[in-house]
Amino acid sequence: MVPISHVAGRAIPFGRKNVDTDVVIPAHWLKTVTREGLGRGAFEAVKQEPGNVFADPQYAGAPILIAGDNFGCGSSREHAAWALLDMGVTCVIAPSFSDIFSGNAFKNGILTVALPQEQVDRLLDVARTDPIDIDLDTQMVTTPFQDRFAFEIDPFRKHCLLNGLDEVGLTLAQADAIGAHEARARSELPFLARTPATVD
Amino acid sequence: MTTTARTLYQKIWDAHVVDRRDDGTCLVYIDRHLVHEVTSPQAFEGLRAAGRKVRRPDLTLAVPDHNLPTTARRDAQGHPLPIADPESANQLATLKANAPAFGIRYIDATDAEQGIVHVVGPEQGFSLPGATIVCGDSHTACHGGVGALAFGIGTTEVEHVLATQTLLLKQSKTMEVRVEGKLGAGVTAKDVILHVIGVIGTAGGTGHVIEYRGNVFEEMSVEGRLTVCNMSIEGGARAGLVAADEKTFAYLKGRPYTPTGEDWDKAVAWWKSLATDPGATFDKSVAIRAEDIQPTVTWGTSPEDTSAIGGVVPAPEDFADASKRDAVKVSLDYMGLTPGTRLTDVEVQNVFIGSCTNSRIEDIRAAAEVLKGRRKADNVKWAIVVPGSGLVKQQAEAEGLDRIIVDAGLEWREPGCSACLAMNPDKVPAGERCASTSNRNFTGRQGPGSRTHLMSPAMAAAAAVTGRLTDVRELVG
Repeated sequence: MVPISHVAGRAIPFGRKNVDTDVVIPAHWLKTVTREGLGRGAFEAVKQEPGNVFADPQYAGAPILIAGDNFGCGSSREHAAWALLDMGVTCVIAPSFSDIFSGNAFKNGILTVALPQEQVDRLLDVARTDPIDIDLDTQMVTTPFQDRFAFEIDPFRKHCLLNGLDEVGLTLAQADAIGAHEARARSELPFLARTPATVD
Repeated sequence: MTTTARTLYQKIWDAHVVDRRDDGTCLVYIDRHLVHEVTSPQAFEGLRAAGRKVRRPDLTLAVPDHNLPTTARRDAQGHPLPIADPESANQLATLKANAPAFGIRYIDATDAEQGIVHVVGPEQGFSLPGATIVCGDSHTACHGGVGALAFGIGTTEVEHVLATQTLLLKQSKTMEVRVEGKLGAGVTAKDVILHVIGVIGTAGGTGHVIEYRGNVFEEMSVEGRLTVCNMSIEGGARAGLVAADEKTFAYLKGRPYTPTGEDWDKAVAWWKSLATDPGATFDKSVAIRAEDIQPTVTWGTSPEDTSAIGGVVPAPEDFADASKRDAVKVSLDYMGLTPGTRLTDVEVQNVFIGSCTNSRIEDIRAAAEVLKGRRKADNVKWAIVVPGSGLVKQQAEAEGLDRIIVDAGLEWREPGCSACLAMNPDKVPAGERCASTSNRNFTGRQGPGSRTHLMSPAMAAAAAVTGRLTDVRELVG
């Protein structure tokens, strides 16, 4: 995973509420067996709407997306995070995110920043003309107009994002603890610890 | 010594914590992992690239469902038919190769046990009360219907579970959705959950695990509970569950993966101990009167856009929240609906009865009961019934339900996810409406430009008969 500490540049002022992952990437794009190339399908239906922000050339390649409440709800498809990455987005700002999407974003090195609605509204205004700056280390969103909005992030997620850490590798280092849990389960909860496919 | 009263969710959680970090993040053991073709290829690719193996293939089960066409799987000679779409064929072939390569049991498209992962899990007894169950699919919440802690995960998490049989999680908050009273005639589990989502909104359960409580869920069949828990994610909750009881035990006993003998007795004793303790508190509670729930349909493009079938299409001004007003405007425009229109005046051209929400035998029976001796309306061009698994299909055929369905002019198909998300060839044409028993009415969900109205199997069957959204109580009752 690519470490991420700072995102700066233009932001796409999308602003829409309850954007589900079917909107981010429709199902017919999910037939791929790789992670790449999904940017073309991102927001496919929105791109058909007249005057949509994705058609505005000033936002082409913008690294930040600003959305409304409950961004990424619905399907667990990680393709939504891959599609955003493929279109160049590495930070999403919204008043709130669905639990599954924020997890998927984090695991792909996309920073999700939750801010109160009035601060998101302010950033939507700024984004129409000016760049926005997000610093993960100081947990601060700033604009050229001296706006300073602090955001919260889980310390473990912050550590992983700053260092580009691979969670699978980190967890495999705890193989002993996992093995101990399995041994305990075999005696206490044998009906969960094994299936007819289990070979001792 | 004092003991703290705990909820069902907290008890299952506590039994699965492998390690707890100072910041509250826990390494949580996963008992059962279901794998399908769409969200797993990149996970297996990740394992291969890192030279890692699957830690517990015996706790993992792979079955294709999303991409499969629902037309015949074999030709007249019994040979498997090829998949026409090359991308779907490749994704299906990738799962078929990956599962055995990593030692995982694979159920093939032509096996009787094949079906939608969330139908197969409980049906095989793979999904058990008190188990932690994951799958790369948000409707994994479904398995909460047997009292499991089950939730959807992304592909990177699929890889994490394959490699370590664990996940890194923060404990969720608890939410109680209590429905008490007596459900009226024609009001099903689907109406209950649609009504609940209409009340709490699509973000109402975000950050929470829902426990459905009250006499309505206690009296509901296990299949009804699976329907309710299935759509927890539409209410924003990653998981929803109903405490296992005698009905659950009777439902599970004797299934292929269900424990037997001494293990079964041990299991039942433990499962009973998991029920929420008297005095345990929830972070959030919602109470709903069963009598307030009517046969329910959706009118918009969010699952929270629900209405009793007797209602009218709302106007944007009916909503207090400014951004919801904007969303409703966009939604009504997409749906081609005018505020004030009676819902029962809305014509449908398509009917889909199926999906992990409503494709079990009770759902097929409910649809057949309405269809029996009736014909679909002429304006309904396309109406399909897609059983949730090959075993549901066999059972329905043994009961003669397929004949009733076909005689009514609907198509009886092979199992899969089908028109719920239209990854396979089953799509609703642009601009047309579908009375659908699936779980999402999102823009474009059933095909680009498709207009979805969510409802119960009985209500969808009623719509097939009349060609418009219909109060099923007018036909049966």
